[in-house]
Amino acid sequence: MEYNIEVLSIIGAVVAVSFGAIVPAYSEGRAIAAAMDAIARQPESAGPLSRTLFVGLAMIETMAIYCLVVALLLLYANPFVS
Amino acid sequence: MEINPLGTEIFFHLGPVPISRAVVTTWGIMALLTLISWLGLRRTRVHAGTFQTVLEIVVETISTQVGEIVRGDARPYVPLLGTLFLFLIFANLSAIVPDMKPPTGHIETPAALAAMVFFSVHFFGIRSQGLSNYVRRYTKPNVLLLPLNILSDVTRTFSLMVRLFGNIMSHEIIIAIIVMLAGLLLPIPFMLLGILIGIIQAYIFTVLAAVFIGAAVGSVTDK
Repeated sequence: MEYNIEVLSIIGAVVAVSFGAIVPAYSEGRAIAAAMDAIARQPESAGPLSRTLFVGLAMIETMAIYCLVVALLLLYANPFVS
Repeated sequence: MEINPLGTEIFFHLGPVPISRAVVTTWGIMALLTLISWLGLRRTRVHAGTFQTVLEIVVETISTQVGEIVRGDARPYVPLLGTLFLFLIFANLSAIVPDMKPPTGHIETPAALAAMVFFSVHFFGIRSQGLSNYVRRYTKPNVLLLPLNILSDVTRTFSLMVRLFGNIMSHEIIIAIIVMLAGLLLPIPFMLLGILIGIIQAYIFTVLAAVFIGAAVGSVTDK
């Protein structure tokens, strides 16, 4: 039973990181493309745009980091494995 | 190799209190920042020397940036946010020095910093708007949204902590894995990437703290 839980935790960590990275990566690409489009249209507004872009990217990236934390909890601080 | 990112590395015991490696590094960074400020501002002059001018440029830049974010007088917030930014820069980049580990790569330091931001947001908000006005902000669109507003306060503090911790710590793990695979030249570009990540995370942490404070004091239109 112990063995099963360990194997399942490793599989869960792999699934969390790999699938949790797909959508944040896609949406970060969308955000950067939109910001570049806006900067190309209005180069004088590059300062506030890039600051907003950085904050938005940090927000999006948090989702991927949550997945990483879940994976690390499964691997190193699993509550079901004594 | 010690690779468990959630464990703490005890350095020595001060009486019954265990002192971890991250705390010792934090003390070192605090001493270094104090020493730099003391050396630069020992004899302040109007016609400043090189060192004093550099410090003035740093403070001016931080002040301008914070003022643009909170859309108002930046002076009450620069001591907190500027210290946060400079401390985070030094903490994230302390991995450059051999045999040092960034204290932000363990979860206690980001948790303490995020708690500091959490309490100072409410402090600045209550000081600028008064207690009743500030509390009324939580029921702003509708009273039904009160639990969601409180929940968003908690989760944004939590994500502030997890973002800093996750970025710095995952980069440490990546470096460790690459050194295990190929130790000679391959880690160098990743270490350069680490410098970029450290600076960007310090910037993002400070900007988000400034945005939260700006939303709390009410000069920024709340979403």
